[in-house]
Amino acid sequence: MNKVIKTVTEAVHGIEDNMTLMLGGFGLCGIPENAIAELVKKGTSGFTCISNNAGVDDFGLGLLLQNKQIKKMISSYVGENDEFERQMLSGELEVDLIPQGSLAERCRAGGAGIPAFFTPAGYGTEVAEGKEVREFNGKPHILEKALHADYAIVKAWKGDTEGNLVYKATARNFNPMMAMAGKITVAEVEELVPAGTLDPNEIHTPGIFVQRIFQGDAFEKRIEQRTTRTK
Amino acid sequence: MALDKTGIAKRIAQELRDGWYVNLGIGIPTLVANYIPEGIEVEFQSENGVLGMGPFPFEGEEDADLINAGKQTITTMKGASFFDSATSFAMIRGKHVQLTVLGAMEVSESGDISNWKIPGKMVKGMGGAMDLVASADNIIVAMMHSNRAGVSKILKSCTLPLTGVGCVKKVVTDLAVLEIKDDAFHLLERAPGVSVEEIQSKTEGSLIVAGYIPEMKI
Repeated sequence: MNKVIKTVTEAVHGIEDNMTLMLGGFGLCGIPENAIAELVKKGTSGFTCISNNAGVDDFGLGLLLQNKQIKKMISSYVGENDEFERQMLSGELEVDLIPQGSLAERCRAGGAGIPAFFTPAGYGTEVAEGKEVREFNGKPHILEKALHADYAIVKAWKGDTEGNLVYKATARNFNPMMAMAGKITVAEVEELVPAGTLDPNEIHTPGIFVQRIFQGDAFEKRIEQRTTRTK
Repeated sequence: MALDKTGIAKRIAQELRDGWYVNLGIGIPTLVANYIPEGIEVEFQSENGVLGMGPFPFEGEEDADLINAGKQTITTMKGASFFDSATSFAMIRGKHVQLTVLGAMEVSESGDISNWKIPGKMVKGMGGAMDLVASADNIIVAMMHSNRAGVSKILKSCTLPLTGVGCVKKVVTDLAVLEIKDDAFHLLERAPGVSVEEIQSKTEGSLIVAGYIPEMKI
C-alpha cells in the first residue's frame, strides 16, 4: 500500500484546532521539524501535545509555544525553555508532567490495545495523586492509563513507500511508540526509498502503523548541547 | 578537606563492579565514567536509548542523532546498541541495570529522595528519575552535604516534592559516605581531613556513628 504524500502541507492536512497530537523526539533529537514548521504556518491552535520535551525557545515545539498554539503539554522534562516556563507559571499553559518511562509505556499501551497498567514509578509522589494503588510482590504500584492521539507525527531516518521506518541512533527514542498510538500517524523521513529497498529484517516500525509518509525538504537537526573532547 | 565534585565521582567509581550495566544521571554522576577502576568492564546505559555509551566526540565528529539523556553529543563503544524509550525503561524497571547513580536536592533518613521540583521556582520535570528510583535495587546518590547557605540536605524528612520513597540506600557527599538503613544515616567513611563532628553538625537526619570511621581513599 502506497502511503506517500508529496508535500508537508498534505502531511498536516486534517489537523484541526483542539486536537491531541503526539510528537516524537527526545530534546531536539529525532523531532519532526518539517511538520512542526508547517503547523506553525498553518496556525491551528488549542493543541494538547504529548511529547517528552517542549523544544527550546526558537526550535522544535518551542515554535508552537511562541505562537500560542499549545493549550496543554504532556511531557516528562521541560527545562531549557523560558517561554514554556513563563506560560506555565502564568497559567496560560496547562502542563501534565509524568515520569519518562511511564510516558513511553502509556504511548506504547495506547498503540497496543492495553488500556492501563501498573508501575512502581511515582508511587508516594504527587504523580500518584488520585491514582489507584495496588500491591504486587509486596511493593506498591500505581495505575497509569494509555495515551492516544488524533495525529502522531514521528521522524525517521529512512522510510519506504509502504511506511516502513528505520531510525538512526538515539533519534529513535519515543518515535516507535508514538507511531503506534496515533489514529493517523504521519512519518517524516530524511530519505524516502521504494518498497523493497529496506531489509525487512531491519525495520523498526512496520508500515501498518503509518498512514502518511513524506521526505522532509530540509533538516537542520540542531544540537542542544554540543560537547566534545580534544585529541 | 571536603571533596569537590570530581572527588565525589572518584569515590563512587570505586563502587563499580565488573560486568555491571550502569545508568549515570546528569551532573556529578556523569563524571563517574571518567574514573572506572583498572581491570573492570562496565557498560553505560543512557535512558534516551543507548547502551554502551562512550566518551564525547572529537570536535567536528558530533552527530545530532547521537546524544545522552543530558542532550550532550556522545559516541558509542564497540558492542553498543540503540533502542526505543519503552525498551529503555523496560531495562530500568525490569532491574536489568545493576547500578543507578543520580543527584539529589535532598535525601531523608528513610531513603526518600527529592530532585525534580522546587515549587514556584524550578519546574523542569522529573524526566526518568522517578522510574529509575522506583525500580533500581542499587541506587547511589551523589550530592553536596549542605547547600550554599550551609543548610543540611541530609534530612529527617524531605521538604521538597518527592521523587521516590524509601529507595536510597547509599549517599556519597563532599563530606561522607552514608548508608541508609533502619531509618537512619550510618556513617561509613569521611572525606580526608573531615572530622566526625563536622559531619554530625551538618547532618540534620539521625546519624549513627559506630566505632572508628575511616577516611575515604581517593
